[in-house]
Amino acid sequence: MRLVVVGNGMAGSRLVSEVRARDPHMRITVLGAETCQPYNRVLLSNVLAGSSRPDQVRLLDASWYDAHNVNAAFGSPVAHVDRETRHVVTEDGRREPYDLLVLATGSQAIVPPLPGVERAIPFRTLDDCERIMQAANQARRAVVVGGGLLGIEAARGLAGRGLPVTLLHLAGHLMERQLDVEAGEVLGETLAGLGVEIRTGVSADSVQADGVRLAGGELVEADLVVLACGVRPVTGLAAEAGLEVRRGVVVDDELRTDDPSIFAIGECAEHDGTVYGLVAPAWEQAAVAADVITGGKALYRGSRLVTRLKARSVELAAMGETQLTEEHAEVVRFSHRARGTYRKLVIRDGRLVGAILLGESDAVGTLTQLFDRGGPVPGDRAGLLFPGLASAPVADSPVLMPDAAKVCQCNNVTKGQIRACWEAGARDVAGVAAATRATTGCGTCRDAVEGIVGWLCEQEGISV
Amino acid sequence: MPGSDPVGAPVKTHCPYCALQCGMEIGPGLAIQPRTDIPANASGALCQKGWTAGELLTNGERLTTPLLHGEPVEWDVALDYVAYRLSAIRAEHGPDAVAVFGGGGLTNEKAYHLGKFARVVLGTSQIDYNGRFCMSSAAAASSKAFGMDRGMPFPITDLADADVVLLAGGNVAETMPPFVRHLSGPRMIVIDPRRTQTAKLAWLHLQPTPGTDLALALGLLHLAIADDLVDEAYVAARTTGFDEVRTSLAGWWPERVERITGVPVYRMRQAVRALASAGNAYILTGRGAEQHAKGTDTVSAFINLALALGLPGNYGSGYGCVTGQGNGQGGREHGQKADQLPGYRKIDDPAAREHVAGVWGVRPEDIPGPGRSAYELLDALGTPDGPRAMLLFGSNPVISAPAAEHVAERIGALDLLVTCDFVMSETAVLADVVFPVTQWAEESGTMTNLEGRVLLRRQAVAPPEGVRSDLEVLAGLAERLGHTLATEPAEVFDELRRASAGGLADYSGITYERIAAEAGVFWPCPEPGHPGTPRPFLDSFATPDGLARFVPVQHRPPAEEIDDDYPVYLTTGRVLAHYQSGAQTRRIAALVKAAPEPFVELHPDLAEQLGITAGDVVRVTSRRGEAKAVARISDAIRRDTVFMPFHWEGANRLTNPALDPTSKMPEFKVCAVRVERDS
Repeated sequence: MRLVVVGNGMAGSRLVSEVRARDPHMRITVLGAETCQPYNRVLLSNVLAGSSRPDQVRLLDASWYDAHNVNAAFGSPVAHVDRETRHVVTEDGRREPYDLLVLATGSQAIVPPLPGVERAIPFRTLDDCERIMQAANQARRAVVVGGGLLGIEAARGLAGRGLPVTLLHLAGHLMERQLDVEAGEVLGETLAGLGVEIRTGVSADSVQADGVRLAGGELVEADLVVLACGVRPVTGLAAEAGLEVRRGVVVDDELRTDDPSIFAIGECAEHDGTVYGLVAPAWEQAAVAADVITGGKALYRGSRLVTRLKARSVELAAMGETQLTEEHAEVVRFSHRARGTYRKLVIRDGRLVGAILLGESDAVGTLTQLFDRGGPVPGDRAGLLFPGLASAPVADSPVLMPDAAKVCQCNNVTKGQIRACWEAGARDVAGVAAATRATTGCGTCRDAVEGIVGWLCEQEGISV
Repeated sequence: MPGSDPVGAPVKTHCPYCALQCGMEIGPGLAIQPRTDIPANASGALCQKGWTAGELLTNGERLTTPLLHGEPVEWDVALDYVAYRLSAIRAEHGPDAVAVFGGGGLTNEKAYHLGKFARVVLGTSQIDYNGRFCMSSAAAASSKAFGMDRGMPFPITDLADADVVLLAGGNVAETMPPFVRHLSGPRMIVIDPRRTQTAKLAWLHLQPTPGTDLALALGLLHLAIADDLVDEAYVAARTTGFDEVRTSLAGWWPERVERITGVPVYRMRQAVRALASAGNAYILTGRGAEQHAKGTDTVSAFINLALALGLPGNYGSGYGCVTGQGNGQGGREHGQKADQLPGYRKIDDPAAREHVAGVWGVRPEDIPGPGRSAYELLDALGTPDGPRAMLLFGSNPVISAPAAEHVAERIGALDLLVTCDFVMSETAVLADVVFPVTQWAEESGTMTNLEGRVLLRRQAVAPPEGVRSDLEVLAGLAERLGHTLATEPAEVFDELRRASAGGLADYSGITYERIAAEAGVFWPCPEPGHPGTPRPFLDSFATPDGLARFVPVQHRPPAEEIDDDYPVYLTTGRVLAHYQSGAQTRRIAALVKAAPEPFVELHPDLAEQLGITAGDVVRVTSRRGEAKAVARISDAIRRDTVFMPFHWEGANRLTNPALDPTSKMPEFKVCAVRVERDS
């Protein structure tokens, strides 16, 4: 069995390691267009922000391929798939035979057709990242075009380098696909506090040497312009080979295209009408495809999307249908804009179908898992939004504590026993300890015992 | 009532229970007082188990007569019978048809003799022990990283001076309360799916989904790297393999880890920053992180974190495993483990075999090779290729092994089960022959505590008439099988010293006299004049090049995930009042009063959803069995998880025997269950 993988990005490299983990012998060839080893695109915003070095985002070491007997070619774009003879042909003329082929060609940055757009740098690949960083070293002001996830991460990263940044966004609020209006606004306020000027509802008209000209004629000054205007699946190879392509390469639940010997995964694939743009679905698809390729019976049924912004000092998680209103769903909402906090739950038929969490919150893990698992939402909605709220306050005042309350866990001593011991004449902690062994284990109840003895003495007017 | 006769003057000895091995004095009479010369509890601390330990010595359920098929018989009758049956089974089915199963509570002398008895007298490879269910994952990971497994490679008192201590999967406030006194200074970070008594003391509590500690550890190290908190100079000078680990972590960015573990990214960041900015810090792991089918890798991930932050082998910082059983440390060093010989030697190492064969007076080729690990051994009992007879010491697997009903079935399929016990444990009930043996304060021997400090547990009282020590039982059987074994603990220890000489756990410089005079001696101690080694890694690690090893590991889900049929995680653990299978503590009135019955702890939201209220009897079902227990409602546990203590019959009927590929540790700490009100 000869497996050829076209694309060595996050989806392709993941597939290769998943297949190898399941089958140590299959002949695997991976052809990557980029010249470098596969890297984690998710971490590029860290690189841009300067917190990670480019060499720290590698997903596999160069030695991995030899050690795992995988034939890898970097910087080797594929020009053509010959389905008749089952070969892929690279741009430099290499013909690679396959029994099974996986297309993991990913997507490419959308570059809007604006005059002067060649002056701008798209933010998509590690190469892009390095270009932006070099330019940022010389720049005095930056503009980022596009207020989606990637644009915000880029803007935050550049601002973190001390560069004044303006973020231009066409829609009325940031991340409008994931956030409702208020969340978008709170996010904008948080970013503004971190040095990112937010301009929403604006349209860029052209990129000039000294900045970006808006549709209304205003010039937003910048000597570095970064584009984050979305991505488009790379499907040319598949289309040219005659595979069914809509927005992406159409695949079934086994991630197979309409040619059963060809699979497609990741951002180039379209499953059940959806093209995913996040890594989690790509990796889920890689696992399913690897299973199918190695003879398993896994099926892909679509992914639940959780968007997690990776920008220093901005905690944002958004999942599912966040825009539903009270007419269609039960909505629980808490907003405290002065603190940059916004929390929203969208519940339908007793299940969590959407949520937004902006600002640090211990609820994020619980809610993400509840959303992922589709489990029933507990009746106490407030307890979900504010973990810890439901905890009964500990009656640590000696007055309020019931007699049955355990004071010393290690020796199982109650307040009642301490009281009895006091009544029998013990007037200090040592006396109580000698009689009940309270405080002699871990020792953390010492203050509590002291408090109870002191309170009892006080009740009786005995000075200690 | 049978019981032991107390002796007059106070005798310095140690608690019968956990690996802290608190020092205590017994006498006059059976009065118990904490000692102040043993660092573990030098402040005079004991927990309720320790204070009430004397009641073990007067317990009315004490066995004093050998039982043959349930009937009291003379010692000679029982020993003759067992020796005869063992010979017959061996003759018919070969030496591996007889198995030996030991325990982490046995003294070093017993552990050593058990290994020797199995290999020399029985000639069987089939020996393992319940410590496999305890520290084996941490032991395997420590050996990989440091070339040596000494639970905590530093004195416990060092902890007090740390700025931060991270404890992954340990509940010391319940399992070994006096330990907490050493943690009153540092900021504590506790990782546990429950807000335990220990987590309540923590500065920061991370509450992950059961079975995801490995992902969490990877996420923490990812953050340490991304936030530039790695101690590069230390990594360069004292370790090897970091580059590969760094690459392996690229896929474990914190937001992904958050989704898997449920631990918020900012909490992970707080934890890593606190550890990295501390002058001195420790990372400790307990069973919560270790008792998984990926326990070894989980510990490796925490060790990687400790190494990246420059902790191990620096005075005042480090990594340690919080050993659980009384002699969990010593019990894994002297040969009752399937793959080991005394001195923490590997049984497949020719040099080790030659050395030990010399001490034993046999040919190296006569020592059998590695045998089955604990669960594999239990699972094989009575099967066509498995053992037909088993000798059981210091263990109660019907309660403590995973998939306990299945294990009871396997034990039931044996031709011969022989147990040594001092009470009628649930496993002893199934035995063909029960030998009544001495316990704890009725005999002497050494214990190696969680620090690697060898301690002397002295006889304080005379045993009741009719009982013999485990060593005497072994010697009695050996004699009938044509061999001679010593019965005096001091004599056995002298032989153990010689057998351990030159090994990793070298005891050759340790004597009973030194232990008594020095309040314990740390191994390795290769010569009589050697001071012992409290902190073995200060100069170099025990690897061939002296460098610690980073070990790349990857997270994977638990062996059994929750689904529509079994939608809730079960995790298990201990309560303060009981120890292990409860065979001892469930017979002490004060402890039974403190914790009378098994329970199921569940979150109010889950209880509401299932229509369960506090005090209801609930039925918990897994793919392996079911258990009933009383509901306790508490928001200290995650909504998706229930907790059951394992001291009673029940919890381990549910647990999953999926094994760690390296340590062969079963996955006690997570499985999928269904929870219902028992109608």
